[in-house]
Amino acid sequence: MHETSLFEGTRDYNPKQMAIREKVFNIIISCFKRHGAETIDTPVFELKETLTGKYGEDSKLIYDLKDQGGELLSLRYDLTVPFARYLAMNKITNIKRYHIAKVYRRDNPAMTRGRYREFYQCDFDIAGQYDAMIPDAECLKIVYEILNELDLGDFHIKVNDRRILDGMFAVCGVPGEKFRTICSTVDKLDKMAWEDVKKEMVNEKGLSEDVADRIGEYVSMQGGQDLAERLLQDPKLSQNKQACAGLTDMKLLFSYLELFQVTDKVVFDLSLARGLDYYTGVIYEAILSQTIPAPAEQNGADEAGVSVGSVAGGGRYDGLVGMFDPKGRKVPCVGVSIGIERIFSIMEQKAETSSEKVRTTETQVLVASAQKNLLEERLKLTSELWNAGIKVEVLYKKNPKLLSQLQHCEETGIPLVAILGEQELKDGVVKLRNVASREEVDVPRADLVDEIKKRTL
Amino acid sequence: MADKAQLQEAIKTQGEVVRKLKSEKASKEQIDEEVAKLLQLKAQLGGDEGKHVFVLKTAKGTRDYNPKQMAIREKVFNIIISCFKRHGAETIDTPVFELKETLTGKYGEDSKLIYDLKDQGGELLSLRYDLTVPFARYLAMNKITNIKRYHIAKVYRRDNPAMTRGRYREFYQCDFDIAGQYDAMIPDAECLKIVYEILNELDLGDFHIKVNDRRILDGMFAVCGVPGEKFRTICSTVDKLDKMAWEDVKKEMVNEKAPAEQNGADEAGVSVGSVAGGGRYDGLVGMFDPKGRKVPCVGVSIGIERIFSIMEQKAETSSEKVRTTETQVLVASAQKNLLEERLKLTSELWNAGIKVEVLYKKNPKLLSQLQHCEETGIPLVAILGEQELKDGVVKLRNVASREEVRLIVSQIVYNLSCILTKHFD
Repeated sequence: MHETSLFEGTRDYNPKQMAIREKVFNIIISCFKRHGAETIDTPVFELKETLTGKYGEDSKLIYDLKDQGGELLSLRYDLTVPFARYLAMNKITNIKRYHIAKVYRRDNPAMTRGRYREFYQCDFDIAGQYDAMIPDAECLKIVYEILNELDLGDFHIKVNDRRILDGMFAVCGVPGEKFRTICSTVDKLDKMAWEDVKKEMVNEKGLSEDVADRIGEYVSMQGGQDLAERLLQDPKLSQNKQACAGLTDMKLLFSYLELFQVTDKVVFDLSLARGLDYYTGVIYEAILSQTIPAPAEQNGADEAGVSVGSVAGGGRYDGLVGMFDPKGRKVPCVGVSIGIERIFSIMEQKAETSSEKVRTTETQVLVASAQKNLLEERLKLTSELWNAGIKVEVLYKKNPKLLSQLQHCEETGIPLVAILGEQELKDGVVKLRNVASREEVDVPRADLVDEIKKRTL
Repeated sequence: MADKAQLQEAIKTQGEVVRKLKSEKASKEQIDEEVAKLLQLKAQLGGDEGKHVFVLKTAKGTRDYNPKQMAIREKVFNIIISCFKRHGAETIDTPVFELKETLTGKYGEDSKLIYDLKDQGGELLSLRYDLTVPFARYLAMNKITNIKRYHIAKVYRRDNPAMTRGRYREFYQCDFDIAGQYDAMIPDAECLKIVYEILNELDLGDFHIKVNDRRILDGMFAVCGVPGEKFRTICSTVDKLDKMAWEDVKKEMVNEKAPAEQNGADEAGVSVGSVAGGGRYDGLVGMFDPKGRKVPCVGVSIGIERIFSIMEQKAETSSEKVRTTETQVLVASAQKNLLEERLKLTSELWNAGIKVEVLYKKNPKLLSQLQHCEETGIPLVAILGEQELKDGVVKLRNVASREEVRLIVSQIVYNLSCILTKHFD
């Protein structure tokens, strides 16, 4: 008959998952708001031409809508291109915005069954011409705050700069046209050993061993402001204008990070080489120290465009908006994408192993009756409590057993039950019981609202 | 070469079309469409820039939400979701697309309005048309017999958009449903209580809720002599009484002629002027269950797009500005070379959970910092100055009243928090 199957790569969120998701969003959005960000929303599909030519090889992973006689449409692949389109369309030159929404990518079309995937992205970006490195530093402060508040354990944030990378490749002798492809090889250092990365550079990408070795010396360097200073004195790098610009900005960045009190978890790491082509300046990636088993379907580059183990990534991309503006007007941007699906997985796993149950409702009181024929009284009291703003449930049964009403409280975590009985009604009181402790007290009807509010602070 | 000439000719002609439309003051949508075609032709021609020149627009029938609209939207959602939570509802979410077969046969004539995804080698998919069918699918799939849930999400219909009337192809639906076998009419009554509470809290003015029953309607049609097979079609004719006079409704019943254009039914499947609608639907989930097991349902759909429009209009005519941020304090400096001090104080305040902004300028003018506060509604500004720093104080100014107090730097978090809770909660 009817197969109610849910296809691979997408999932429903059940109430427990929604409760976890809400908690995570609240923490993240609070942080964005604390930093004065606004939010926008864009349609789930864009004109196909808006997305064409923006994602390089990944373009074949875009979902198209069927040609049904109107415009050709595609589901959005990320939130960055819609953002650039929004800025250009509205001629906006300055904005600090976050955008949390689902994006769509077809998995590996080489497979016989194309897997359609839907997942959340959570982007924060600052667009506009400003004094150097201040907004960039604020992005890192935000990542730091979010990861702290989410309580996911220890983490660190790697930073580097596209200009330093390019300068480094130049002084090591990498031919200009190989910069991007060597960049993606270096990017693999977070999951491959240097020997294998070097092999790829030499055997697959055609670099000489000397050049590869020189790269190897640089990419093993990590440090803070001190490393940036040292490299500015490096005889080779100091001759490269791009590298100098990047290193000078890196020094400046660290001085701001010092003022923001986040340097304990930020590392200048020359091996960081994020995949996306459109970065033009600083780049960064936040990695959790705990090894988190990646969810089954992820094999490496996951949805945030970040590698396994990382939970946030971003950087400066000054050239993107200009691609959308008819006059090519540039709007410099810096931003970060929080790997929210990874965070959901981690929180879901935590919830499963925890003894504390995740509540899916926020109900504070169940209005119950001990005897028959008290439905009217129950509904009246329930309505009174709703009108006072209290979160209340009542069973949809004329004559429910007290036991089943208490069981409902225990199953769903409702902390209080207000029990009506004939004698109590005559006395003008309600029995207020603490479900967990079973302690009961008779509360005068008029004081019930205040009593409940006191106990559910 | 010939192609190029043809192209240039086409561009000239299309340019004329655009100019004509503009001089005729045609609708923005029409002009945009023709401009789009013109730009596409120009792009094909290539140019010195060698740059893609493409149209900057959203798909037909869709729109971006700017920060002001998002602030209004958030306010509306908070009121509605608080109400659902107050009644003990859980929430779920489903994918934006469903298997095409899940949606097939559920929407009657409206099926032609469903967006399909291109066949790219996997399962055939379509964008969801409403939240009710996904809900029924979810219940059957998870063998759920009892749930009280709300679901707020966008749905997709390839309608003829009348954006001037607020009809879009992508729009929010806000559903609340109680599924399960219960004693009669109690959940039904709770749905109505919820609608009542929401409309009160949204403060949209006076309203009333009409109720009726499919069984009463059918019984009435029967005793009036309507043939059984005409019940549904006569029902939709009666439905038009909220926007057509009885004489015209009667004409349609007698002459079997449908009126020219539907102007009434909007996205929530509710007629103009209405902001919520729903009812009991006991047979739907059984259509999804392999064994045909029934799960009785009753629910309501809040016409949230209509509510957005109303609130957006209210905001426009109101003197009160809609804030798009929640920033409480701007950290500013009166003199040069105080960036370090500003960033340090800003960081301290963020660490204390206070909502703070600071301008991304090493040496901003005090005036521009104050202007930023006025433009975006930030109520307080903490002004750092060399003398004040020597004295160990920070000046806190109320942007609106311009009153100032001096706060001791070492206690600034405490003092600022007190001021914020007392005056700006």
